[in-house]
Amino acid sequence: KKDINIHLIRNCLPKMEIVYVYTKKRSEFGRQCNFSDRPAELHVDILPDISLAANFTVRDPCNVTVQCAEEMSEHEVNTERFESESRGINHVEGGWPKDLNPEDMEATIRYRKKVEKDEHYQNTIMQIAGLMEHCCKQNNATDIYQEFFEDEDEEVLEESEEQPSAKTINVFRDPNEVKRTATSLSWHPDGNHKLAVAYSSLEFQRAPNDMSFDSYIWDIENPNKPEMTLKPVSPLVCLEYNPKDSHILVGGSYNGQIAYWDTRKGSQPAEMSTIEHSHRDPVYKVTWLQSKTGTDIFSASTDGQVLWWDIRKMSEPTERLVLDPSKKGNLDNALGAVSLEFETTMPTKFMVGTEQGLVVSCNRKAKTPAEKIVCTYSGHHGPIYALQRNPFFPKNFLTVADWTARIWSEDIKESSIMWTKYHMAHLLDGCWSPVRPSVFFTIKMDGTLDVWDILFKQNDPTLSLKVCDEALCSIRVQDNGRFLGCGSQLGTTTLLEISAGLCTLQKNEKAMVSEMFERETKREKILEARHREMRLKERSRSEQSREDEGKETDGEENAEELVACAEREFFEIMEAEKKKERNEEKQRDKENGVCEEKEFQEEHENVSRFL
Amino acid sequence: STLTPFAEVEDTLKRIQGINGVIGTIVVNAEGIPIKTTLDNSTTVQYAGLLHQLTMKARSTVRDIDPQNDLTFLRIRSKKHEIMVSTDKEYLLIVIQNPAE
Repeated sequence: KKDINIHLIRNCLPKMEIVYVYTKKRSEFGRQCNFSDRPAELHVDILPDISLAANFTVRDPCNVTVQCAEEMSEHEVNTERFESESRGINHVEGGWPKDLNPEDMEATIRYRKKVEKDEHYQNTIMQIAGLMEHCCKQNNATDIYQEFFEDEDEEVLEESEEQPSAKTINVFRDPNEVKRTATSLSWHPDGNHKLAVAYSSLEFQRAPNDMSFDSYIWDIENPNKPEMTLKPVSPLVCLEYNPKDSHILVGGSYNGQIAYWDTRKGSQPAEMSTIEHSHRDPVYKVTWLQSKTGTDIFSASTDGQVLWWDIRKMSEPTERLVLDPSKKGNLDNALGAVSLEFETTMPTKFMVGTEQGLVVSCNRKAKTPAEKIVCTYSGHHGPIYALQRNPFFPKNFLTVADWTARIWSEDIKESSIMWTKYHMAHLLDGCWSPVRPSVFFTIKMDGTLDVWDILFKQNDPTLSLKVCDEALCSIRVQDNGRFLGCGSQLGTTTLLEISAGLCTLQKNEKAMVSEMFERETKREKILEARHREMRLKERSRSEQSREDEGKETDGEENAEELVACAEREFFEIMEAEKKKERNEEKQRDKENGVCEEKEFQEEHENVSRFL
Repeated sequence: STLTPFAEVEDTLKRIQGINGVIGTIVVNAEGIPIKTTLDNSTTVQYAGLLHQLTMKARSTVRDIDPQNDLTFLRIRSKKHEIMVSTDKEYLLIVIQNPAE
């Protein structure tokens, strides 16, 4: 038996071993190969089976994806992992020199002392210590990790970024053919779901004959048809809901009469004032008073009177005030009233805005009529269309007239403390926001509504909105400060909603507004004092000069003599003038006539020679 | 001033230690030996060793980025305090301060 060699073929893969074993006789090693030839043998012949084709369908077209790009292949290569480790060595004791024993206290102290005496050490320390001191002090000066604004509510920041805006909710049009101006608006006291609008035409004698006298109460949800009609005998210029009783409304009409309605009793007025005792001019404003019975009102008209009424007995006014600034009760001197201001928190005071641009402050409880008028505020150039105290700061009030809106302080009578710029169109009405002390609204003759926020911007309105193309004549804000109605010249009342930012009280708003008013009041006080000083100086100076003059002309106090003197002077001046004219003429003639004279003379000579 | 340099250094270090909020001051040399310290030995040695290494690393970082540049000051603000290291080739001035509230 020969040795059997076992050849093992081992695969290169490290973990797998594939082994193939074969045997070969030793004697057969190295022998030549014996090849033989034989013909081809057919082993298998598989013919096509057409029935199999039924399992297949022709697909035409075939979608083949082809990419026109270089063919690339992907390979991954990983380098041998380089392992690194971080190691630290912790000092236990400093690198003392070899010859020093760290345990030896004396030696270490000595070493340290030696270093401290080294000049290089001293210089270095001085340098780096300076830098260090600076940084230590810096740390004490400011806390760089201080949290700012951590008290501020996240929400407040979001809100203040919101742009102020207003959107129209509903539009109520005058259903009549002939459109009248919506001169006054009043919100229903409970829930603000109804809006009473007074319609009239304030253009003197220009109202067409078929103009309707009706005013309407609208339900704000239904702009198609008014909920109720009020039928006065003369168009209503102003209209107010009774804040204590939402069924009662009082209206002042164009012919000077006052009437009141009870909405439960129908469209006709429940009672009207008698013509003889009413106003002689349109009643521009009527306001409810604070009283136990809740039936007291007072009205203002351009006839110069302010009348007080009890609606239960409208035959005669309960009280009468003539707006005579000279306090004599003279109706001919009286100022025409166009607006009234009354705050229930200050029942003894009230203010009247006049046609002449003066605001008159009055006291109801005065004993004599003369004392009723306390003082006046001047500054406007035209009728005061709106007059209202700031709901949060009653000492300051807003007036809207001519082309500006002004904010006043009760204490300063010569000038307002703050005012808007002069606009391009007349301002016709305005009011404060009931929820924010720094916000007020004004409307203009060009149909724009301006929302002012004096804490945000004082030179321009915060929001300016064009509501309609015709003039806006009246505006009224709801008690929530969010909705407001404005009436136009063509009787269209628009209900607007303003953005939340403009009707939410901001943080510190009251304090800031109070500060602002105080500051401006102080400024005006200082100016007033200065003006007074200057006036006193002027007066004393002019008195002084008059005294001096008086000494010279002491003898001529007699009127006749003065006249004679004046005549004399006059004729003297005339003579002087005439003389001057003659001289001038002569001069002119001389210049012209020099040549002429010469010629004349020559001729004369010639003639005389001839002769 | 008319102080000797030695006294000046003493004065300066005392002044730094006196600043409001400073907890400790350490002066270390290049070998890690604390020359002057206001803290106890074990704390000093620990601060010295650790901050020395960190300063070296910081310096090499600064110089790797720009070889012309050099580290002047290192400030580490932690929750509890701030560690300030003012460096030089040979010496390290370490101050631990509680920043003002």
